[in-house]
Amino acid sequence: MTIYGVALLAFCFLIGKLVGSLLGVLLGVNGDVGGVGFAMVLLMSLNLYLKDKEWMKGESKQGILFWSKMYLPVIVAMAATQNVNAAMSGGSIAIIVGILATAVCFLLVPIIAKIGKN
Amino acid sequence: MDIIEKIIAKNGLLFAFLLVGIVMFLSSIVAKKVFRNKIPGVAIAIFTGLFLATFGGKKGLSDIPLFSGLALLGGSMLRDFTVVATAMGADLNKIKQAGLAGIVALLAGIFVTFFMGVAIAYTMGYTDAVSLTTIGAGACTYIVGPVTGSAIGASSDVIAISIAAGVIKTIFVTIVTPLIAPSIQLDNPHSAVVFGGLIGTTSGVAAGLAATDPKLVPYGALTATFYTGLGCLLCPSVLYFFLKAVV
Repeated sequence: MTIYGVALLAFCFLIGKLVGSLLGVLLGVNGDVGGVGFAMVLLMSLNLYLKDKEWMKGESKQGILFWSKMYLPVIVAMAATQNVNAAMSGGSIAIIVGILATAVCFLLVPIIAKIGKN
Repeated sequence: MDIIEKIIAKNGLLFAFLLVGIVMFLSSIVAKKVFRNKIPGVAIAIFTGLFLATFGGKKGLSDIPLFSGLALLGGSMLRDFTVVATAMGADLNKIKQAGLAGIVALLAGIFVTFFMGVAIAYTMGYTDAVSLTTIGAGACTYIVGPVTGSAIGASSDVIAISIAAGVIKTIFVTIVTPLIAPSIQLDNPHSAVVFGGLIGTTSGVAAGLAATDPKLVPYGALTATFYTGLGCLLCPSVLYFFLKAVV
């Protein structure tokens, strides 16, 4: 059943958000720390476990795969709902900070990616 | 016309599906015919989305009642739900292997971005610890900025700058990632984990990787999701106290 897959995905999502929010409370941050990350790790682990038991197949799996493919359109919709005008009118300091600070991090990607490789 | 508007108002999310479908279809044609697939269709679609957002206000195009369904489709609930779903295509072993690099990237990302923001703000005339911290935090993400600013009592115009800096970052990452990916070797899961940690803006990382190679999305999203929370933890505390002692 397709809904089994969707329900499993929703379960992982909500548990992840709960763990992330609890971690937030623990750290004294008002919000969610890594909720999506915890949900992803939970989904990957459950997927491995259920695959071994042959419970994760056919339509159930399709229920999750559908949502993973809907990811691109969601991102396009998200782009269309950003406050682009405010970003452009934030003045030169906002633009310089936003771009320069990020550009430096781009350059660090190949350097830090050396850690743990082979 | 009245009837059509009523139908759309009542079925906003479905109208958003249709709209995004059309934008993505047209973008794929433009990518093929005009750019000969040199620029991915998804990148063009995302860029079109950003352009369309300029016709609206605070919530982009969805501020116009006709397009309000976009706010639900592009909101954080469905964004996070679909990002979690992409984990189905991710390899747990590759993530384990990149774990240490991911943690280093997270910390380096926050520190480097914060101090870059502070340095730029300083050269542009801000000298008090509160404003410097808030702008540095805004360089991290558009959530870390205002959270930090309100925690340490920054003025509203400085908070506005911090939000703007964060949004600029998201847009910049979205547009530049697919262009720069080959030169920073962003073509494997290991680098994507590092990239997510260094850049941190979930929206930007997700959109940028989607336009680069959708297979990399879960790896980048996994680390990026910790960034904002960690930034909200470090900026108004350790980093603020440090600046207060120095300035």
